[in-house]
This record gives sequence, structure tokens and C-alpha cells, in this order.
Amino acid sequence: MSEHHHKETFVTKYIFTQDHKMISKQFLVTGMFMGIIAVFMSMLFRLQLAWPDKSFTIIEAFLGPHQTDGIMNPDFYLALVTIHGTIMVFFVLTAGLSGTFSNLLIPLQIGARDMASGFLNMVSYWLFFVSSVIMVISLFVEAGPASAGWTIYPPLSALPQAIPGSGAGMTLWLVSMAIFVASSLIGALNYIVTVFNLRTKGMKMTRLPLTIWAFFITAIIGVVSFPVLLSAALLLIFDRSFGTSFYLSDIFISGEVLHYQGGSPVLFEHLFWFLGHPEVYIVLLPALGITSEIISTNSRKPIFGYRAMVMSIMAIAFLSTIVWGHHMFISGMNPFLGSVFTFTTLLIAIPSAVKAFNYVTTLWKGNLQLNPAMLFSIGLVSTFVTGGLTGLVLGDSALDIAIHDTYFVVAHFHLVMGVSAIFGMYAGIYHWFPKMYGRMMNKTLGYWHFWITIICAYGVFWPMHFIGLAGLPRRYYSNTAFPMFDDLADINKVITIFALVGGIAQIIFIANFFISMYRGDKATQNPWKSNTLEWTTPVEHIHGNWPGKLPEVHRWAYDYSKRVDPNDDESDYLHGQDYVLQTTPLLEGEEQS
Amino acid sequence: MLALFYIFIGVAIGVSFWQITRIMNFRGVIATDEDNTKQGRNALLFMAFLYAMMIYCLIYMNVIMLPESASIEGEHDDNLFNITFILIGVVQFAMQFLIFYFTYKYKGNKDRKAKFYADSHKLELIWTVTPAIVLVVLIGYGLWQWNNIMDLSDDDAIVIEVYSQQFRWEARYAGEDNTLGRGNVNFIQGINTMGVDMNDKNAQDDKQVTELYLPKGKKIHFKFRSQDVLHSAYMPHFRAQMNCVPGMVTEFGFTPKFTTDEMRQQSEVVAKTAGINKIRKAKGEDVYQFDYLLLCNKICGASHYSMQMKITVVEQDEYDKWISEQPTLATVIQ
Repeated sequence: MSEHHHKETFVTKYIFTQDHKMISKQFLVTGMFMGIIAVFMSMLFRLQLAWPDKSFTIIEAFLGPHQTDGIMNPDFYLALVTIHGTIMVFFVLTAGLSGTFSNLLIPLQIGARDMASGFLNMVSYWLFFVSSVIMVISLFVEAGPASAGWTIYPPLSALPQAIPGSGAGMTLWLVSMAIFVASSLIGALNYIVTVFNLRTKGMKMTRLPLTIWAFFITAIIGVVSFPVLLSAALLLIFDRSFGTSFYLSDIFISGEVLHYQGGSPVLFEHLFWFLGHPEVYIVLLPALGITSEIISTNSRKPIFGYRAMVMSIMAIAFLSTIVWGHHMFISGMNPFLGSVFTFTTLLIAIPSAVKAFNYVTTLWKGNLQLNPAMLFSIGLVSTFVTGGLTGLVLGDSALDIAIHDTYFVVAHFHLVMGVSAIFGMYAGIYHWFPKMYGRMMNKTLGYWHFWITIICAYGVFWPMHFIGLAGLPRRYYSNTAFPMFDDLADINKVITIFALVGGIAQIIFIANFFISMYRGDKATQNPWKSNTLEWTTPVEHIHGNWPGKLPEVHRWAYDYSKRVDPNDDESDYLHGQDYVLQTTPLLEGEEQS
Repeated sequence: MLALFYIFIGVAIGVSFWQITRIMNFRGVIATDEDNTKQGRNALLFMAFLYAMMIYCLIYMNVIMLPESASIEGEHDDNLFNITFILIGVVQFAMQFLIFYFTYKYKGNKDRKAKFYADSHKLELIWTVTPAIVLVVLIGYGLWQWNNIMDLSDDDAIVIEVYSQQFRWEARYAGEDNTLGRGNVNFIQGINTMGVDMNDKNAQDDKQVTELYLPKGKKIHFKFRSQDVLHSAYMPHFRAQMNCVPGMVTEFGFTPKFTTDEMRQQSEVVAKTAGINKIRKAKGEDVYQFDYLLLCNKICGASHYSMQMKITVVEQDEYDKWISEQPTLATVIQ
């Protein structure tokens, strides 16, 4: 928060920095690094699924002891899907997405000099870094990394006799996640406090850009639900290492009866999904917030239904904490509970539908500037709708029973939270890259990146619904044990081809990102002609964000194309141009939007 | 297929490098009118691709999907599924059209002015209330059906225990008294692989098997136990699934509607089987015949992917004959 400049060394500027802009870049680059690992893993297991009995040199080269003659071992297949899920959900889409953009945008868009606590912000990043390092180290444990699925249901995750990955690999997984939770919590508390206390003059809650609303509510969900994962993990550590029986009972394995009595795996499922489901929205809401901002800016139109958007974010956040049981319809819990969770789950469709319709209405009669960021935002709306709709099938307990844990589920959640959130992240990077690095990303590469990615995303996940409806369970190392799935083999190959092309195409993005960082065009102060406060700061980063006084806010963030005569679309722009910075005072007689 | 794959990889890598060199020449960063026109057109092309793929999958992948429900309880599942699917199908096609058509139609240029349109309570009310009403119907039907499935109050139901362990299934019929003897892992010894308490008088007439035989038209009441880790008994043809949880007994029930033989004659099954056999023949594998299966559907370890049990549905008299031929536990274990 200091306004006076003190001397910076390399270490205080780039490593142990307390500046939110630098911390946001640290989150982004770490998240991208983890993302590359996770995408690479998915390409390896897609190879296995398409050609289960073919030998690949790439598998031989990378999996070392976990393959035989270029064919991966079943244990390691499970390890790959486990770590892919863990890294994607937590390290890329929680820390990489929320960590990056909450850090960058909260102070800049509310008009604050930095986060409420720069020190805690730094701690949050370094905890995340440590947790990432531990997760990566766990990949090299001799018996293999955690392999009980990203949901790590005990007893499988508790007993090394059941699967080798549940030994040291699982221990490292738990330690890594415990540190990760601490990092998230510190980050989230910081975001909440900053939004509450450090808004600049005139920045009422009702004038916050939707990005900030989304980050703010996300942080609240995180604070409510992440501690529960921590306690679930702690109890699991007790069961594993100290012989307690929180989750285990009546187990006979490797020829002997274990001493555990009276615990229940269902308890773990409740605790896990009490975080696990809100986690979906922790991942998704920031992406939706980013999209709201980018669609509005690039449509040169106000976001349609600002208040409805805020209320639907809140409704989604509230409902998200009372729907976790829809992951457990077949867990053996009381059927009545299933009814309750079906009811609350399907209710989420209402605020989600409102958001989707509002995005489309924002596009309507706009003047769409189809920048890569805008295309990714439109892509997000598309995949969010496609993936969201199948939620109506899965959320209904009676239907879920027939397709629970099949590829239908995999297709559903990848579209609605995986692809959508990653599109939101890409959109955010293309849009705010000039704010982060003072340079612009190349648009031609952006277009290639977008179209290849969305085609591949649909090519992977649309057919996947159908192999799910054929009854194919997920997490099968190979489908060859069941002749009834023989006719799915070709579809699996097509899916794998799309997945590989889509995965490799991300090189375009990585290249664009790093080359632009050094050689991209110098950014102007407000390249997208946007209304929000971050574009009033100088291109070159300075401590405290604004030289001199903090800006004062006079209006909401969405006065795009405001007219002299509100009822006449042909009339002139009220302010002479199609955007009005939030710092522009109201004209005489101008109505607040 | 593999050649195709290598070509794709080659093309993808080629495109990447080609593009990376182009970055030096094309320094454009903000969309111009020309870009908007091009990308608007791309949006239309993509919509065509998306529609083509959606329709292709809907038509040609119909044959691979599960046949109609083989349990009476599952009929309403199929019904509810069809209603939901048609509904979301219509919304999907309409929404994707709007998204990409608007992208094309309203692509920006210098002469266009966006409409300042920030709010409409009427519109928002419409798209809050409409989904709400639709959902009330779906939730209502869904909950009614859920109660149907979960209703296990039929006292005449045949009680069968399904028992899971890494990586196989076993089952136990309750015998004459239709009551299962107590089971616990502490009783596992030798051939008593399911851990049945042989001091329990209800256990004496229980019958342990490795394949399920079910009579058509009779309600089956399944009780599930697990020996080591979580497993899930997934019987897709019957629209049935329940986790097997160590330390507790979970339950599920259904009434088989078709015998295995009847199912093999069913047109959807015939078509799917023909497709599978065409593929198997090309690979020189033996002919596949339809059978009901119980699959493990909860990650349980290395051989999770092959853990299964055959289910055969037969007419009542055939079932009676089969069950009378199975030895009771008392005779096997003594």
C-alpha cells in the first residue's frame, strides 16, 4: 500500500513480491505450467483408450517403470486420470484462474492501490507454489502417484494394499492439497476484505463490474467450503497413518481382516462433495464474470440485466452449497435425501438459464468486435449451454442412476466446467494481457487458437455423451473386457484424435503468450475502449497502481453506446464516443443507468 | 486409423510452426472490420459444423445406445429421459443458433451503432418463470419415479445379496426362508468367501453363486456388501446402480421385464449385436451374443476395468429348476 517508492531488488520485484500485479502473473505462469502437465497426461490416457493394445514410444519414453513395452500399466492409467483431474480442477482452474484474475483485477477494478494485505497475498502464492511442487514431486514416487480418482474415496485411497498409488503418492497428494487449501483460504479472505474495504470513492457495491462480483462471491464460497476439504483430508490422514476409523470399517484385504470398525466411506463422500460441488462454481463463476465483462465491452453494449446477473451469481452460490448430494444418489444414502438434492440441484438451472439468456441478449443488436477474447467468451456461452443442459438429466436422481459414472458424466462436466472455465481463462488472458505485460497478443494466432480449440472441444465431448448412453463406465483402463462395448472403439479413436489435435494446438497459445510478452506490439492505455478503472492506470506498472490520487467513480461499468435520446437507436452518443469511463462524471440531466 | 492420426499430428505441428513464424509478420492485435467480417463468417461455418455433428451423432449413434429398459421400473426412466432429452435438445439447437447467428449478424463495423439496451424486467421475468415451470414438471415426474424405484416394500421380492471384492462379484440367494444369514468379513475363511456366519440359522439354506439367475416378472430385492473398497454394481440394461460400501448394506430393487432370450430378439439389441459382430469378425474374434451384465462402476483398483458378472433372466419355471439345483451353504461348507 506504500505510495513512496523504495528500492527494489530482483528478489523483491519478481520473487517475493507483494505487488498484486506481479503475484497475479506468478499465479498465471504456475497455473499454465501445471496445465501443460495435465493436458499432456490427458493425451497419454486418450492414446491408451483409443489403442489399448498398441505400443507407443512416447509412452515408453515418459512413463518409465509404469509401462510394459510401450503400453501403460492399469495402475498408472488410474494415476493419470487422478492427477489430471486434481491438477485441472485445483491448480489450473482454481488457482490459475481465480488466483490470476482476482489478484489482477480486484484492486485495479475497484480502485485500490493493492490488496488489503500484500504480505498475505504473497504467502498465498508461495503456499500454492509449494503445493504445486509437492504435487509434481508425487509423480515421481516409486509406487506411482495417487490413483484413487480425483475424489480419492476411501477405502481405496486409504489402503496401499488396494492400489499402489495409495502409499507415498497419496500421502504427498494429501499434504499438497492441505497446503493448497491454506493458500486458497488466505487468498479468498484477502479478496473479500479488499472488496469490502478498499473500494475507491463512488464505487458502490451496485457499481462493481461483474468480474468483481464473481470473484467476490467465489471467494465467499471458497471460505465456506474449502475448510471442509481440509478436515476431510485430515481425517483421512488419521485413518491412513494413525489407525483411526473415520471412514473405514469391516475390511478384508490381502488375506487379512483389518482392525477398522464403525467408520463410513459415505461420511467422506459427504465431506468431499461439500467442497467438491461448490468447487465447480469456484471454477466457473470467475469465468462467467470475465465473460460478462468481455462480452459487454466487445459488444459495445451494456451487459443485459446487470442486477439479474448479480442476483443469479448469488443464487448459484447459495444453491451450490446445498446440492452436493447429487454426486451421491447411488452411494447408499437415504433415498429421501436423494429427493431433496434432486430438487435443489434442478433449481440451479434457473439462475444458470437467466445468465445464458442474458449473454445472448447482450449480443443482440450489438456492434461485436470479434477479438480473440470475445470469441472465447462466446465459445464459453456455447459450451456452458451445451454442458449445462445435460445437467438436467444427471441432476435428476431417477435418471442419474442409469448413467452415473459413465462417460455421459465426463462429457457433461468437461463441457460445463472444464471447457467453459478454460475458455473464460483464455478470454481473460487475451483481454488483460496488455494490462499484465504492457504488450498485445497476436490476434491471428488467437483466432487459430480459438477455432481449433472449440472444434476439438466439441469433437471430444459431444460424441462422448453417446458412449456414456451406451453404458460405458468412466475410469476403465480399457474397454476390451466387454464385447458389448466393441462398437464404441471407433468413436473412442475419433475422440482421441480430436483430443490430441486440441491438446497440441495449445502450443499456438503458449507461443503467442511468450513471444508476445517480449516482442508483442506495445499496448496503448485502453486498447479495447473499455469503461473499467484498470484502463485508467499507466501501461507501465507502478506500485500503487495510480500515480497521484485514486480515481473517483461516478457511474456503473457498462455505459457503452449510451445515447442522447435513450429511445432512439439512431441518435448520437451521449458522450461523443461509444464508451464512457467509470470516472466520467454524469452530465447534467444524464440518468444513471 | 493410426496413419490418419500421424497425419493429423503432423499437420497440427506444421500449422503451429507455420503460425509461429507468421507472428513475426502479422503484428495485428485489435480486430478490424475486416476481421469482424471474417470471424463472423467463421461463426456461421462453425455453427454448420456443430449442427452437422450434433445431428450426425443423434442419428447414427442411436444404434450404440442402451436398448429399452429391461426392468419394469425402468420404463418410466426411459420415458422421463426421452422427455428431458427432447426438451434440452430443442433448447440446445435454439440457443446455439442464437449464439452463433448473432455473432455473425451483429459483427461489428464502423457504421454500426450498438443498441443501448440494459434491462427488461418483462424479458427477464419470462426467462425466469419459463424454466421454473418446466423444472417443476421435470422435478415432479423425477421425484415420483425416484420413489417408485426406491420402494422396496414388496415382501414377496426375492432377496439376493451381491458381494464385491477386488476384482470379482459373488452373489448369495436367501433360500427357502427368503432371509439372508448374517455376513461379516470376520467370518471369511476357506470356501466361505462371502463371510457368512454359519451359526446363524437363516444362513443354512442360503445359496452362493458366481452368476445371477433372475426370474422374469418377479421383484428382486438386492442387498449389496463389499469386502474391501467401494465398488458399484451397475446393471445398465435394468437402469440400476448402487454402490457396495464396506461396513454397510445398501439396497436396490427391480423387476426384470424380458428374459435374456427375449432380449436377444429385440430389434435394438439385434441391430447393436450385428454391428458389434461385424467389428469382431473383421478382427477375427468369436461371435458375440447379448447378455445382461453387472459391471463395476466405481474405481476400485487395477482390474476395475474388467470386473463383471453375468446375469441371466429366465422364465419362472426355469428359475425354479435352476435354484433347486444350487447347493445350500450348509451342505457346501460343512
